[in-house]
Amino acid sequence: MQLELRGITKRFGAFTANDAIDVVVEPGQIHALLGENGAGKSTLMNVLYGLYRAEEGSILLDGVEQHFSGPGDAMRAGIGMVHQHFMLVPVFTVAENVMLGHEPTKAAGVLDLESARARVREISARFGFDLDPDARIEDLPVGVQQRVEIVKALSRDAKVLVFDEPTAVLTPQETDELIGIMRQLKEQGTSIVFISHKLREVRAVADVITVIRRGKVVGSAEPTASSQELASLMVGRAVELTVQKQPANPGDVALSIRGLSARNEQGTVTLDGVDLDIHRGEILAIAGVQGNGQTELANAIIGLLGGLEGSISLEGRELIGRSVKQVLDAGVGFVPEDRSHDGIVKEFTIAENLILDRSDREPFASGLSLKLGTVREFAEQKSREYDVRSQGIETKVGRLSGGNQQKVVLARELSRPLKLFIASQPTRGLDVGSIQFVHEQIVATRDAGVPVLIVSTELDEVVALADRIAVMYQGRIVDVVAPDTSRERLGSLMAGVVA
Amino acid sequence: MSAVTPPVVPPVEERDRRDGKAGAVVREIMSGSVVLSIAAILLSFVIGGILIAASDEDVQETAGYFFARPGDMLGAILDAVGGAYGALLRGAVFNPRGDSLGEMLGPISETLVYATPLVAAGLGVAVAFRAGLFNIGGTGQIVAGAAAAGWVGFAVDLPPVLHVIVALVAGILGAAVWAGIVGILKARTGAHEVILTIMLNYIALRLFDYLLTTPVLQQPGTVNPISPPVSGDAMFPSMVGRLHWGFVVMLLAVVAIWWLFAKSNLGFKIRAVGLSPSAARTAGINVGIIYVVTFAIAGGLMGIAGSAQILGTERTLTGGIAGSIGFDAITVALLGRSKPFGVLAAGILFGALRAGSRTMQASEGVPVDIVLVVQSFIVLFLAAPPLVRAIFRLPAPGSRATAILSRSKGAKA
Repeated sequence: MQLELRGITKRFGAFTANDAIDVVVEPGQIHALLGENGAGKSTLMNVLYGLYRAEEGSILLDGVEQHFSGPGDAMRAGIGMVHQHFMLVPVFTVAENVMLGHEPTKAAGVLDLESARARVREISARFGFDLDPDARIEDLPVGVQQRVEIVKALSRDAKVLVFDEPTAVLTPQETDELIGIMRQLKEQGTSIVFISHKLREVRAVADVITVIRRGKVVGSAEPTASSQELASLMVGRAVELTVQKQPANPGDVALSIRGLSARNEQGTVTLDGVDLDIHRGEILAIAGVQGNGQTELANAIIGLLGGLEGSISLEGRELIGRSVKQVLDAGVGFVPEDRSHDGIVKEFTIAENLILDRSDREPFASGLSLKLGTVREFAEQKSREYDVRSQGIETKVGRLSGGNQQKVVLARELSRPLKLFIASQPTRGLDVGSIQFVHEQIVATRDAGVPVLIVSTELDEVVALADRIAVMYQGRIVDVVAPDTSRERLGSLMAGVVA
Repeated sequence: MSAVTPPVVPPVEERDRRDGKAGAVVREIMSGSVVLSIAAILLSFVIGGILIAASDEDVQETAGYFFARPGDMLGAILDAVGGAYGALLRGAVFNPRGDSLGEMLGPISETLVYATPLVAAGLGVAVAFRAGLFNIGGTGQIVAGAAAAGWVGFAVDLPPVLHVIVALVAGILGAAVWAGIVGILKARTGAHEVILTIMLNYIALRLFDYLLTTPVLQQPGTVNPISPPVSGDAMFPSMVGRLHWGFVVMLLAVVAIWWLFAKSNLGFKIRAVGLSPSAARTAGINVGIIYVVTFAIAGGLMGIAGSAQILGTERTLTGGIAGSIGFDAITVALLGRSKPFGVLAAGILFGALRAGSRTMQASEGVPVDIVLVVQSFIVLFLAAPPLVRAIFRLPAPGSRATAILSRSKGAKA
């Protein structure tokens, strides 16, 4: 089926998210929409899926204009969506999830689970998926869950499949498998829209690449275009994709973790005897697929996690059992992985966010009162220093772009005297320009002699930043390797395979 | 294609709604504009007017021959509504029929007497709102404060001036401790404060009823659940007529709470916790302690309300000492957008409604309940801002530019 988006314009208030976007997806074509986060890709797809109504423009399927007032209409017209965050009910089985929303029934409205099972088996067989219709979603690995999403879309006879950032949660191996699946779908005549900001994947799989920047189509490219060309289209200027840094000059061990174990509320082991040393002046990056204990490791150090066993010692001082405030005061800087949730207060201004951790002490407070003048001066100075682009320090942080929000977090965390710097997913969802800035700050921190712990699920970032890489799998450090280790080996380590 | 489209819900708001946070509702209400509040008040008075007209006998009678002489019915409506609201104003603001200046201005002082506990208690709800907490426990806290203040007032012998001050402090502390329990339980166990405060209301009321039948609070020589009168030294001195110094204490509380949130680091932390507990925790703020402190402050304000009741107007403790102040306070805080001076204005409005409703009933025969209906509709409209925006064609927040743009486009077309 041919999909044509013609002159789509979508505004939110004064903000134009999509500005007269034209995209044509030919039948059996993999069409990549490439753009930074916030470029308007997801908005465009939500328009296509009937979740938003565009102010202008039209959607045509095989030349016939469509009017979708909800996802139901879009699905009936043959559009399927594989969401970035899976829309699956964890306690339902595969078959139950697949039939959800268009449940087959027998006489008198009795659910026909058997026909749903058969449908799952039939579609899985067609693509060699090997899905058990009776498996519960929560027991399946992430990559398999994604296949359930795909089967769900296909079971409604989707002719156009939209993949919204599908590789964000996958291991390199699972990513390769997904790319295989997309090719297979294409051979069977399905049109595919592949939304991504990852150049490598886009180049590997796409037939046509449309680059979107600030809500506009800024160009299209062949998959043969180089990464540099695509990146400069994405951000509108030439960028360097590598991190400029000198070899590390590591000193003594600063942070020493021994036998660190933890369980979550359900009693599942999240950290399983972690041993780790980080030296002054080195960047140690934790690689691994999301959900293998990295978040818990960072939270354990910072004091956000209770019930810990083992020891975490920073320059000889035990951190376990201390409050977050005590840990921060001991000289730990922390960039949390969920920036908008844990890093900033969106409704607070830039100035307020910059003093979130020390509103009650010198130089910002005397007694109970805040020294608002000092707070303002500090904010002005840090905004300049960290190049926070805004309409002034009284701007609410929630109105800033992800990159500028992260600059605020960095400015706050790096302006204390540090003995350890932890950054979780430091560039998640940022544009290329901001990524570069964040990376420079991290390297500068290392060069100042501070030990740096990076947690990232972006293998590219880990490899670019790290002086040493520790790979985590199921709460354990599987191995600590050099940054020039091959991606294949890193991939197997991330899957828990110790060769 | 430039058709005027309905205002779009911005994505941020949508995300909050999907998170299903109760805090988002409070934030939505707090972020509303003054215009919206005034619109809600006006609308509620219009509905009140319709009810007054509909229940008026003259209007009902003239409606019978409406098509013969429509003017009669319209006149009757005007008489009924105008008379009722005129009486409301006379009872609440200014009485031109008074014999002396004091009598003419009597109503406004009566309004302020009613407003004093309402504003203090409204602040008690508002402070909790700022920390993302619902304080439904006003009733219990006011009872605790009034009991403590009253007990010091009649059972302790102290010199003048000092006596009223100690009684007030006791009232504040009593209520602060009672509310602090909620904070401690929430911080320690994660129990929800709405459940805790509601349950503690019952405990406070029943305990109070019981103490009123024991020598601790009961007046000697009576079998009624009533305390001895508070000693004259411990009463708030009168300023004008029934208006007492508790009003000034309330005004000081308004300024103190304004300072807390505008200028102090404690207020900063409370706001941070209210807007994003997780970010506050990650930045090293002890969220549990903030909950306890916030509830203690909220309770202290309820204690001022309770003290104003017992030391300002009631003088003796009875089971009905808290009245409906604890719940009206929620309305006052919502209407005041949880801002100190907003709460002051809202409290005075509600005080005026109460003061005026008596005159309205006495001189026009309109039931006092009309005022309750008006109050309830104010809350209803505040809780449904899109409804008010639609009626008054106000722009949605953040979409001012589009609204103006599409309007000018529409004008050209």
